[in-house]
Amino acid sequence: MSRVFVHGQGAVSPAGWGVPALRASLEQGRPLPVQSIPRPGWEKPLPVRSVPPPPGRPAFLAHARLRRASPMTHYTVGAALEALGGDGGLVRPGAFRLGIVVCTMTGGLSYSRRFYQEVLQDPALASPLIFPETVFNAPASHLSACLGASTVNYTLVGDAGAFLQGLAVAAQWLDDGVAEACVVIGAEETDWTAADALRLFERHSVHTGGAGALYLKGQCPAAAPVELAAVTDSFPATRTLGRDEAARRMRAQLPAGAPDELLCSSESGNAAWSGWTGGRLTPKTVLGEAFAASAAWQCVAACDAIQRCQYEAANVSITGANRQTIGARFVKPGFLKTEPGLLP
Amino acid sequence: MLFPASKISSVARAARVVVTGAGIITAFGAGWKINAEGFRAGRVAVRPVRLFDVSRQRCRMAAEIDLTNRLPPTRLSRGDMRRLNRASRLLLLAAHEAWSQSGWTPQGALPVVLGTTSGEMCLGQEYLRQALQSPLCFKGQAARVAHYLVQQQEVNLSNALGIAGNFTTISNACASGANAIGHAWEMVREGRAENVLTGGYDALCQLTFAGFDSLQALSPSPCRPFDARRDGLSLGEGAAVLALESLGRAQGRGAEILGEIIGYGASTDTHHLTQPHPEGHAALAAMKAACASAGVTPEQIDYVNAHGTATPQNDAAEAAAINAWAGPRAATLPVSSTKAGVGHLLGAAGAVEAAVCLMALRGQWLPPQSSLDMPDPACLFPIVRRPADAKIKTALSNSFGFGGANATLIFRRWP
Repeated sequence: MSRVFVHGQGAVSPAGWGVPALRASLEQGRPLPVQSIPRPGWEKPLPVRSVPPPPGRPAFLAHARLRRASPMTHYTVGAALEALGGDGGLVRPGAFRLGIVVCTMTGGLSYSRRFYQEVLQDPALASPLIFPETVFNAPASHLSACLGASTVNYTLVGDAGAFLQGLAVAAQWLDDGVAEACVVIGAEETDWTAADALRLFERHSVHTGGAGALYLKGQCPAAAPVELAAVTDSFPATRTLGRDEAARRMRAQLPAGAPDELLCSSESGNAAWSGWTGGRLTPKTVLGEAFAASAAWQCVAACDAIQRCQYEAANVSITGANRQTIGARFVKPGFLKTEPGLLP
Repeated sequence: MLFPASKISSVARAARVVVTGAGIITAFGAGWKINAEGFRAGRVAVRPVRLFDVSRQRCRMAAEIDLTNRLPPTRLSRGDMRRLNRASRLLLLAAHEAWSQSGWTPQGALPVVLGTTSGEMCLGQEYLRQALQSPLCFKGQAARVAHYLVQQQEVNLSNALGIAGNFTTISNACASGANAIGHAWEMVREGRAENVLTGGYDALCQLTFAGFDSLQALSPSPCRPFDARRDGLSLGEGAAVLALESLGRAQGRGAEILGEIIGYGASTDTHHLTQPHPEGHAALAAMKAACASAGVTPEQIDYVNAHGTATPQNDAAEAAAINAWAGPRAATLPVSSTKAGVGHLLGAAGAVEAAVCLMALRGQWLPPQSSLDMPDPACLFPIVRRPADAKIKTALSNSFGFGGANATLIFRRWP
């Protein structure tokens, strides 16, 4: 198995467009302001953290495919282009084969809701312009079109853990030579239906949207500051494997950790990490719940901390909506020499 | 570990991958035998929709399954089984058949790769309908949300079969099932897993039906793929699940081998969200990539199970791609679209059509499409119109979806 390096990160979040905005919010550590959206037929509005408009109209919105595209598509493209940096412009001329993995739990929900509302009113009048945008892989398709990427492109659907599975899929493509580079994006959008559904399970969670992206390659140029060291198996909490045991098995696949390492966790009270002595970061407490995008932000924050030499290594721990537990580890290149168990 | 993957020491890289179990449910019925009979005879199961109101739709037909409440015995309790909705039931029926046939036993780390476009969308619809029409009634809403999510269908399958491996669900529109099988094939071939359960599933629901109707992509009568007067697709529903394993493992345990998967190719068509490039560039790329990974040429392919949705643009683009890919071989290469019989199963289509290829290879027959009236002259290849026995060793299956997701699989007869 080849080694995999993180060559770039991107983020669109309620903190703003770009990794610096995400970093600034997480460093402040204060929960971002909460807005509300109306739920039809209910006087109590639902709490959300909306993604603010970008500071200027991004150039990519001029692409014909994005005119009617969903907010999730805009977030996906924004985060991916930031992660790709200058390499984004090299895909169309065919300089390299780019694999794309978009991970999501709820997909283009606002258009799905809108289309079905139209169906309920009168199926004969439901808009053919909206329906194609409801398909789970619409954002991935639009991203491919924007970049001119005709290599393999998957949309993975699942809970937050799907983002880490997406990293593993990308690593496999790099190893098998299916692609020479991959961008993996976790993306969601806000809608009252998701906020309402979330309220049924986690009354104090605040729904949000956005995207996070990692750009992966098999080579390590001098500038590559972060290496993907591990993605654990996913452990669904089934009848035979309880939630705590699933989390313990996930942690057992990662190194024990050290005080100079970071834990980027999806929840603050996970028993599997009770003995953790390093730094801790729980982006969800600042940003809100955005499922696959939340998982992506955790990874972006972990890579950013390593890149800025705040930590030598960072573990990411995710417990998803169906209690699937999965983890990942990022390190400074060279750090793996001290972790022979994880060497590919 | 998903990464770095622990390579299975007994499985060499580029291992041969065989199918040791297959389960299928379509509008022909549940199970290999009834489906093999239906596909071999070229039956048509498209009929008026009864599942939901289509009185305000332009088209009113689909290949709907008569789904009974009977489910096979699994580890699920009666209560669990009662909570399973339509898509979950289809998945469970197909998975149980594949599982039983494979002779596999519960194992803690069996990877599962599935494809679907909408999972349990009928529950998502019900959730939204109630939220809009009875906004102060929350009864049943939490359960609808929980069971709507695809990961719940994964958990149901885990609990039913007693497995707890990595679940991956690919949603690449109508190529989902083929992408899932292709991804699973790569896992075994590259030695990342010894065996993988894989396939696709989708159930008919009003949102999807109304969506295709709004695009005027549906035909008011049973669809006629590659017909010069084709006027749209027929939707269907169903599931197919395959048990894949390395040849060494299958032979080591004396398993019955149903066929071999020898190639997979995927590509992305960036032309338009819902329309393929008129010349089928990406379809051609997927077929070429699959042939390259299989190490075969078009001359070695004995049958093509086309994507063949029967929309004017899709079939024209696929015909152009097959013509370009096959070259002189096109003139004698049998092609058919089994969507003529069971409709377009969306996320399940690639998996069901994989099962059809395995049936044809095992039974040595070509699946006809009896609804064809007047072949489109753009097709330089013969379209199988009548039931026929044939000596076929290798079959290729195309799956192309919204968003430009294209996938091709290649199968070989065993032995």
